[in-house]
Amino acid sequence: MSFPLIFERSRKGRRGLKLVKEVPRAEAYIPQAFLRQDPPRLPEVDELTLVRHYTGLSRRQVGVDTTFYPLGSCTMKYNPKLHEEAVHLFAYLHPYQDPQTVQGALQLMWELGEYLKAITGMDEITLQPAAGAHGELTGILIIRAYHEDRGEGKERRLVLVPDSAHGSNPATASMAGYEVKEVPSGPDGEVDLEALKRELGPHVAAIMLTNPNTLGLFERRILEISRLAKEAGVQLYYDGANLNAIMGWARPGDMGFDVVHLNLHKTFTVPHGGGGPGSGPVGVKAHLAPYLPVPTVARGEEGFYLDFQRPKSIGRVRSFYGNFLALVRAWVYIRTLGLEGLKKAAALSVLNARYLKELLKEKGFRVPYDAPCMHEFVAQPPQGFRALDLAKGLLELGFHPPTVYFPLIVKEALMVEPTETEGKETLEAFAEALGELLQKPKEWLEGAPYSTPVRRLDELRANRSPKLTYFDE
Amino acid sequence: MDIPKDRFYTKSHEWALPEGDTVLVGITDYAQDALGDVVYVELPEVGRKVEKGEAVAVVESVKTASDIYAPVAGEVVEVNAALEKTPELINQDPYGEGWIFRLRPLDMGHLDDLLDADGYAEALESEA
Amino acid sequence: MDYTPHTEEEIRAMLERVGAERLEDLFAHLPPEILNPPIALPEPEPEWAVLEALRRLSEKNKPAPKAFLGGGVRSHHTPPVVQALGARGEFLTAYTPYQPEVSQGVLQATFEYQTMMAELTGLEVANASMYDGATALAEGVLLALRETGRMRVLVSQGVHPEYREVLRSYLEAVGAELLTLSLEGGRTPRVAVPEDVGAVVAQNPNFLGALEDLAPLAEAAHGAGALFVAVADPLSLGLLKPPGAYGADIAVGDGQVLGLPLGFGGPHFGYLATKKAFVRQLPGRLVSETRDVEGKRGFILTLQAREQYIRRAKAKSNITTNAQLTALMGAMYLAALGPEGLKEVALAGVAAAHRLYGLLREIPGVEPFTPEPFFNEFVLRLPKPPEAVRRALAQRGFHAATPVPREYGENLALFAATELHTEADLLALRDALKEVLA
Repeated sequence: MSFPLIFERSRKGRRGLKLVKEVPRAEAYIPQAFLRQDPPRLPEVDELTLVRHYTGLSRRQVGVDTTFYPLGSCTMKYNPKLHEEAVHLFAYLHPYQDPQTVQGALQLMWELGEYLKAITGMDEITLQPAAGAHGELTGILIIRAYHEDRGEGKERRLVLVPDSAHGSNPATASMAGYEVKEVPSGPDGEVDLEALKRELGPHVAAIMLTNPNTLGLFERRILEISRLAKEAGVQLYYDGANLNAIMGWARPGDMGFDVVHLNLHKTFTVPHGGGGPGSGPVGVKAHLAPYLPVPTVARGEEGFYLDFQRPKSIGRVRSFYGNFLALVRAWVYIRTLGLEGLKKAAALSVLNARYLKELLKEKGFRVPYDAPCMHEFVAQPPQGFRALDLAKGLLELGFHPPTVYFPLIVKEALMVEPTETEGKETLEAFAEALGELLQKPKEWLEGAPYSTPVRRLDELRANRSPKLTYFDE
Repeated sequence: MDIPKDRFYTKSHEWALPEGDTVLVGITDYAQDALGDVVYVELPEVGRKVEKGEAVAVVESVKTASDIYAPVAGEVVEVNAALEKTPELINQDPYGEGWIFRLRPLDMGHLDDLLDADGYAEALESEA
Repeated sequence: MDYTPHTEEEIRAMLERVGAERLEDLFAHLPPEILNPPIALPEPEPEWAVLEALRRLSEKNKPAPKAFLGGGVRSHHTPPVVQALGARGEFLTAYTPYQPEVSQGVLQATFEYQTMMAELTGLEVANASMYDGATALAEGVLLALRETGRMRVLVSQGVHPEYREVLRSYLEAVGAELLTLSLEGGRTPRVAVPEDVGAVVAQNPNFLGALEDLAPLAEAAHGAGALFVAVADPLSLGLLKPPGAYGADIAVGDGQVLGLPLGFGGPHFGYLATKKAFVRQLPGRLVSETRDVEGKRGFILTLQAREQYIRRAKAKSNITTNAQLTALMGAMYLAALGPEGLKEVALAGVAAAHRLYGLLREIPGVEPFTPEPFFNEFVLRLPKPPEAVRRALAQRGFHAATPVPREYGENLALFAATELHTEADLLALRDALKEVLA
């Protein structure tokens, strides 16, 4: 039996919430020509049916709350319940209220900005971007505005990304109107310095790096890279997806990065929400501050205010001031952990990854770039096994699989990020499960999973003849 | 892996079959196998002038998308409209019904710069 | 407190296993000159103390659960049932449903959301959500430019000014040009669309709250070979003619009005709906129905070759994380209300706004600005600067009179009313405004 759609539970005339006591007549206010003729075919359900429907759906869904979720590059750490309580205190503020009546909210934003600046080593910050990729776009637009302001905009048309970069990096550079060139990684999995040197020049606008990179390796030559970038007038962009590994221990600002975006939904444990909403603040060094989006939050003699005075700003990237309630959660997280807690969390995320890497090697997994990893590592299954089948097998054994087939430079990649909030026994159980899968007959693996709400789905059908709505024929 | 001798090849796995003063272009058996089930083909506009090596079409499978490059410079004179409804022709018959577009080259002589079947077979081997 | 489960003993055992003595050793390969920088952060506190500090901060705010402020975000009832279901840990703590076998909850709910947004807008497909209404507009316009191969955009001044600012940022990035069509008498004039324009954009109800008949503009757009992009408040679509019915090729808007808390402006969600013919140009995630190996219905992400993790530099957009949870809560709200309930909530706002309009325009010195017919928001010209009026009203416990940007005129303020505002609320605001303006 398929789980019903909300539309299939619908019964004509059934009502859930009734929010209006006396219903006015539309025609009294609005000419007929503006009114819709056919009502939208929304479901008609009572409240209990609604609750059963979504509760039922939630039971067909795994999350960090239910399952170990070592999805590489996503930092699926525990999302404290405290944060969900905290947001209620700030839920009913309107973005256009008198600024004097939102002093607490503005102060929170200002303080969070100060914390994030301190953690990243940057001079100024915007909290407006709504997600990591949105932060990337903001950061690259800032870089572009900087080059244009210096009269180098026409010449600097290229953004360099390593071949191990997140797909969002090249996609962002394209959206910002740049050409993109991939720089190969060296044999050690880090940026190939010689290859990079060959590409650098007056035609390059920026280099986008993730550090630790997507192999989980810290770019040890980062100071050399940033020196080369500076000499070539190239701005260095930090993709903060992996900041969890080093928070408190080292700062992108000290490494020589000019722009940093953070993923508050990764590092600062804003819940991922099945794919969002997130939050992607962008920190910059002083020379880029004139180009930040408006408004920013400032502190004046009469309290906190929204500062629109930034004549060289790239403009707005989002309505209002960002995903504010995500900012509240990040503020609470930093206040709960303090520097000491952040450092411990980072260290244990690294320890967990290194420990799990050892356990997997023992089970027969290969680690193509086997240097000391940070918060994640990339493994390959033994010859003859497909990453996809192991991922599906893990589902059967009650685990969410790692990221698979990324980064692209490793075939059959399993990108594992356990995070610091998982215990030793969970890591061991996960390694045991992967070991067990290697003992399973091939047919079993190719058929897995078996007892999940649905089994392997027909992707070909979904792509050749997608059915994107219930009423779609 | 099937590599017909009657046509030219590129290292990026396109084939080019001369027909009069035009060439038919498609992707090789190896390429369709590597892509997997093709779900969509983005075809160029007829009349478009292209440079050698320019991305002209896109072939999408479930998990990947691949640019198809012009093997020689010229003008697109026809596209295989059948692929709009049945992109799987590329999997079923990559060298025949699964052709993608027809070019009128600036110079038919440019075809000689491409690989022949043996050269392509060698290129495949060195890639593996 | 740091939420890590490790005992000292476990840490020792694990360190030994990885060949390290102390936690610091895990960072030993980092350049020494950047290690352990001085970072000034407040001391960590137990959770009750953090909550207390947060509560002290929140007490510096005056919440606006029944604001008369509008402009893209409005005070509506936030149903507890939606809040409760949206807080389910399975939804809250999942990420992108890349493993469909264990993500049917998010996938099916998203499929249902896509269906509801397509129904509301009168279009065929909607993606899984965008960050907000403004970025949905920017991405919708970029879609139109990709589809038409053109680089100029004509946008009505009736579109929310902040949306236009975001659109400008996105268009400048790709080198496209933005032309603004000034309002005449509070409405978008009928104009000829230049042949090289790829997208024409207008909003209904417009930023001033006025209802617009956009069919002629849509027709003019199509005549010039451009696509027509409509910005529409999704709540209004319970009552008003949907964008698909007046010729929109693309519809976008912000979902906050569907029962989400104000949140000082976010997170909400943006919706982006279009015709099936343009689906390959859509940015962001899409869910399709399909079958599993046993023939059972299931849902899965589809057409992923549009997206950044596959197409990289050639992706349709860089969007990755979207606003999934808030979008699903919007869908829950729509399901909780149904077509009748939605229409009623929309109507209640319309009626309250018209009543308020009648009351406020009687105040000496106040002049109407938004032309009739309008929806649930309207603009008045005040005899005093709106910032000062807003402040004076706030001091009397009313959040009202959103200052309208000067591009529309001097001393303009926006008022909104919703199902939350009773006759007594409206009278009380009238009295307060009278006092403030006296």
